[in-house]
Amino acid sequence: MEAIIKIKSLKKSYDDIKAVKDISLEVYEGEMFGLVGPDGAGKTTTIRILCGLLKPESGSVKIFEKDIIKNKKEIQNQIGYLSQKFSLYGDLSIDENIEFFADIHGVKDYQQRRDELLEFTRLKPFRNRIAEKLSGGMKQKLALACSLIHKPKIIFLDEPTTGVDPVSRRDFWKILSGLIKEKITIVLTTPYLDEAERCNRVALMNKGEIISLDTPNKIKQALEKEIIEIVCTKIREAYKLIRDEIGFEVQMFGDRINVIINNIEKDYPKIEKALKEHSVEILNYRKITPSLENIFIHLVRKAG
Amino acid sequence: MDLQRTKAIAKKEFKHLLRDYRMLAILILFPVFLLIIFGYAINFDVKNIKIAVYDRDHSSLSRKFINSLSGTENFDLEGYIFNDSDIKHVLDEKKAQCVIVIPDDFSENVYNNVPAKIQFLIDGVDGNTATIVQNYVNLAALNFNREITAEIFSAYGIKSSIPLELEPIFWFNPELSSTKFLLPGLIGMILVIVCVVSVSISLVREKERGTIEQINVSPIKSTELLLGKITPYVALALLNATMIIIAGYILFGIEVKGSFLLLFFSSLIFLFSAASIGIFISVISESMQVAFSLATALSLLPSVILSGFIFPIESMPWIIQVFTNITPVKFFIVILRAIILRGVGLEAFWEQVIYMLLFAIIILTLANLINIKKEKSA
Repeated sequence: MEAIIKIKSLKKSYDDIKAVKDISLEVYEGEMFGLVGPDGAGKTTTIRILCGLLKPESGSVKIFEKDIIKNKKEIQNQIGYLSQKFSLYGDLSIDENIEFFADIHGVKDYQQRRDELLEFTRLKPFRNRIAEKLSGGMKQKLALACSLIHKPKIIFLDEPTTGVDPVSRRDFWKILSGLIKEKITIVLTTPYLDEAERCNRVALMNKGEIISLDTPNKIKQALEKEIIEIVCTKIREAYKLIRDEIGFEVQMFGDRINVIINNIEKDYPKIEKALKEHSVEILNYRKITPSLENIFIHLVRKAG
Repeated sequence: MDLQRTKAIAKKEFKHLLRDYRMLAILILFPVFLLIIFGYAINFDVKNIKIAVYDRDHSSLSRKFINSLSGTENFDLEGYIFNDSDIKHVLDEKKAQCVIVIPDDFSENVYNNVPAKIQFLIDGVDGNTATIVQNYVNLAALNFNREITAEIFSAYGIKSSIPLELEPIFWFNPELSSTKFLLPGLIGMILVIVCVVSVSISLVREKERGTIEQINVSPIKSTELLLGKITPYVALALLNATMIIIAGYILFGIEVKGSFLLLFFSSLIFLFSAASIGIFISVISESMQVAFSLATALSLLPSVILSGFIFPIESMPWIIQVFTNITPVKFFIVILRAIILRGVGLEAFWEQVIYMLLFAIIILTLANLINIKKEKSA
């Protein structure tokens, strides 16, 4: 596969805060690449540098083998960007918003393309409604349609589903998979690890660094350990007990805890014994396949 | 430069303008409102000055003098006073702005060739009006002197002549009407406010709403963006100017003596320099509120106080005269007065056109420098 985006030792800081610390990665043509991490991980900064909205402090970014700083406008004509904040014109209708973006990208005869996009995003019945009066999910779909009007080769989506209801979110993801079929490369950021699982490859980011970069499956396999999920009474006590007295890594998820162990046959009895001694009742337990979330928390803890 | 992209921005901006009824109403009604205020309410012409007379002479000569004053439209005779203490009352209660005291030896002195004295007590609270009253009184006294001298000389059988006679004629504004003097300044002031406020707001709105991001990732260049952005507002300002000129003709009878074409092109250059202030403000402000306050302050105040609109620049201290250059209205007023009142051509104001262009270039360079600095620290 061919790398369409090449990032080398990218750094960026705001005053004293190092937002991005020495990132290197490549994105291949036609894949869906996810930058995943909590708020403040440096995802937005990275994606904004890729679009030419921010200047990097050091390092290089090459898109289509061209430098983003030197060939900014040329590159920008072939990419689409969807910012985190809704950034369309509220007083213009759906049709007019798309028309405007077609015009500034110099797209002539955009009508057919616009109809296609409206069909694709199922916004056609609302085409004359002003953008202000659309629901959150519809706004996001419109923004996507606007960023696709000039047939970009890559689209950058900055937290496209944050603040969108679950149904619209699923809808949005369906549209994205449709785009991948059209051979469009997608780079997106998301704080949701379930969304990250849908990407071809992901870069897990934390505090401006990439802590893991691979396909979601390989990242999960890289953890050569087992995870058991335990549902029990006195969950906080159990959590502290396992962490402090037995020394296993524990992750709490509401009414259950996940414990990372080396071997279930060998290690589970230790846990069972310890919990029994402190009169914690185990209601249920099972071995689970690690999720990205488990891995992410594990990696963040390991990094300190 | 790609004119298609500029056109796209201008088209979108026109849509914003036409859909924002409130803003549009303000931008159109505000100039009309200002025109009425300045045209009718602010009037520097002093007419119908109320006078009271304390005539202690009671002669035909003193009556003649009084009639010579009250016969003009400058003075209105409010009444007679018969003792000293009433002088104070009349002035205190503002029954008269000026009291004339004619001493009891007035006619006697005149006929005996001794200079006769007349006392004028002028209410000096409003210094401006007081000066004008004084001038009118002087003029009236001068005329009266001339008549009386001629009369006395002819009584002795001598034909008199006055060696020096001044005959002032005010060109371009013979009636010294202040509306005529104010209208060009008013056009300048209104255009600068409309242009600076709307341009800065429309640019900052994109920043505040985040829409500028989408424009920044498009191939559009900043010159294309700015040109497209200012076009609708320049058009609106030109519409305003046309409205004021038509209203000035209908309401105040002020005709444009010079070329409309010159007026149009110089207005265009002026609006360009005004738009540059708007662009500058949009660079330094992050919210529409800040932009609006800055835009009104930076456009309204200097154009009223420092432009020569109301207060003549020549009579300001030199340091303030330097500051007058912060408003392009200063230059535009000279051009407007030249075209509208004097009807002269480019030869009379080409310097001002260059100043306006220089002004725009300086402000835009400054805005660009600040923008580059901001981008670096972003």
